[in-house]
Amino acid sequence: MLAIEILGLEKTYKVGFWRKRPKPALRPLHLQVEEGEIFGFLGPNGAGKTTTLKLLMGLVFPSAGSARFLGKAWTDPTVKAQTGFLPEQPYFYDYLTAHELLEYYGQLSGVPAKQRKQRIEQILQQVGLHDVQGVQLRKFSKGMLQRVGIGQAILHDPKLVFFDEPMSGLDPIGRREVRDLMDQLKQEGKTVFFSTHILSDAEALCDRVAIIHKGELRGLGAIEDLTSTVRGKVEVIWQGTQMPPSIKALGAECHVAADTVRVIIDENQQDAVIDALRRERLRLISLTPVRTSLETYFVEKLRHAETTAATTV
Amino acid sequence: MKTSIAHIAYNTFREAVRDRVLYNLIAFALLLSGAAILVGQISIEIEKLVVINLGLTAVSLFGVVIAIFIGIGLVSKEIEKRTLYTVLSRPVRRWEFIVGKFLGLAGTLVVNTFFMAIGVFAALFYVSHKFVHADGLVFMALYFIILEFLIICSLALLFSSFSSPLLSAVFAFSLFVIGSFAEDLRGFAAMAHGITRWLATGAAYLVPNFSAFNVITSIAHEQPVAGQLILQNTVYALFYAATALSGAVLIFEYRDLK
Ligand SMILES: Nc1ncnc2c1ncn2[C@@H]1O[C@H](COP(=O)(O)OP(=O)(O)OP(=O)(O)O)[C@@H](O)[C@H]1O
Ligand SMILES: [Mg+2]
Repeated sequence: MLAIEILGLEKTYKVGFWRKRPKPALRPLHLQVEEGEIFGFLGPNGAGKTTTLKLLMGLVFPSAGSARFLGKAWTDPTVKAQTGFLPEQPYFYDYLTAHELLEYYGQLSGVPAKQRKQRIEQILQQVGLHDVQGVQLRKFSKGMLQRVGIGQAILHDPKLVFFDEPMSGLDPIGRREVRDLMDQLKQEGKTVFFSTHILSDAEALCDRVAIIHKGELRGLGAIEDLTSTVRGKVEVIWQGTQMPPSIKALGAECHVAADTVRVIIDENQQDAVIDALRRERLRLISLTPVRTSLETYFVEKLRHAETTAATTV
Repeated sequence: MKTSIAHIAYNTFREAVRDRVLYNLIAFALLLSGAAILVGQISIEIEKLVVINLGLTAVSLFGVVIAIFIGIGLVSKEIEKRTLYTVLSRPVRRWEFIVGKFLGLAGTLVVNTFFMAIGVFAALFYVSHKFVHADGLVFMALYFIILEFLIICSLALLFSSFSSPLLSAVFAFSLFVIGSFAEDLRGFAAMAHGITRWLATGAAYLVPNFSAFNVITSIAHEQPVAGQLILQNTVYALFYAATALSGAVLIFEYRDLK
């Protein structure tokens, strides 16, 4: 079964004093997400990621289009009981403690009273807020609020989770934990749909990604498929300050530090560079593939789109 | 789901309590005890009159101020702070949110009025050292005051669903003041002619008729309240509040959250 089916969702905001000027935030979007997938929703700032998520959560109304979750209408309350949502930069009732907030949200989501207490304990433990559960949320730091946000999104054990930039505001340990959490959700058969502009997170987690830019879908597919079109690069570091002419001739990017040289070359030049280093008896320190990242893809794809748009205008 | 309304109402009440709204009771108690001590030194006859008049007027005004100041932020503040995102993405319908908010605020005011009423009765006992049958009329006045609060809460909530807190406060206060003179307004309207008369009459009947709810003076003079007025005010208040609340729901139902 499809977990998420987005059927031509579209949003045009009306801006200006008289709300006359149309501002398209999302062009008609069609997207399908399979059950059990971790799906990344990527795009630069202002691309329309948050708008899409707000539409899906019924917080703003679409200009056209609709969506289906788990085979049902998206507005169906039984569906809403099975979805969790982490908003961007979440903010909560700051006069409540973390425990009280989860209690309240558990009630609203219909978590039975008997299971609630235990479930809340478990969630607080999971998002690392167990020690501060009695502190009012007004005294929470940004990252702590983000953790509360993640906690409340998965509190009612939803089948479908929407995260808007789940890693933002978190320290490296927090990011790691959230990655693990998403992996765990996948193991439990949940579907995770998350937006981000941090590509390494998407690379590490996603089965498939969609890329949007200026409200339009620009790419969709498995990460390997999207990245295979971009050639790989390799970073080579050796000791010394010497630059063999044959390497220089490759026209590679080159950085000379105190006693090391670092160059970035194309994958297929790798052997030639190693041969040259051997000939010159230079000590190789490291050779690392700069993995064709989504970022490269992203930048190239968008640049391409930009230039074609510019030429057609 | 009816239970979410109750949970939202309780959370609204809890917010008011944690925001120290009930601290107004301290000011009320000081005011009342100061007045009771003061009039006790002036005159024996009018002291009861003054305590009832002043006490009930204070109950009404304190309540109106609270109703407006909390009411105007109930919806707009939640939109502004984005606390609504994680509520409305749950199986909570938008109308349930509005109704829950309304009940929470109304509940806060009922609790607040309850404590103030204790204060009024304590002051009464202090000045006259006993309760008489006519003191029961104070309950009637309190009932009308609460009906008045229901109307104001619903209006504040209505304004809160589409405008900023500041504007909402201005609207709500204006309506409260105009509504207190609703009967005079109706009188003026009847004296006008032509189209002005129609417009003025329309406006006079549109604003909440708070003058009908003010029985404080007559109660202070131990005049009973007619059964018909009780019925009339009850129906009027419930109808008015329900209408304003429906308006709030209609606006909020189709509103994009920021
Ligand atoms: N309430 C609004 N009124 C008018 N325009 C809006 C509104 N909300 C968003 N927009 C516009 O819609 C576009 C998409 O915004 P959106 O918040 O969806 O971007 P995003 O992809 O989430 O960006 P970010 O990575 O910065 O969070 C932007 O151009 C923004 O200016
Ligand atoms: Mg965003």
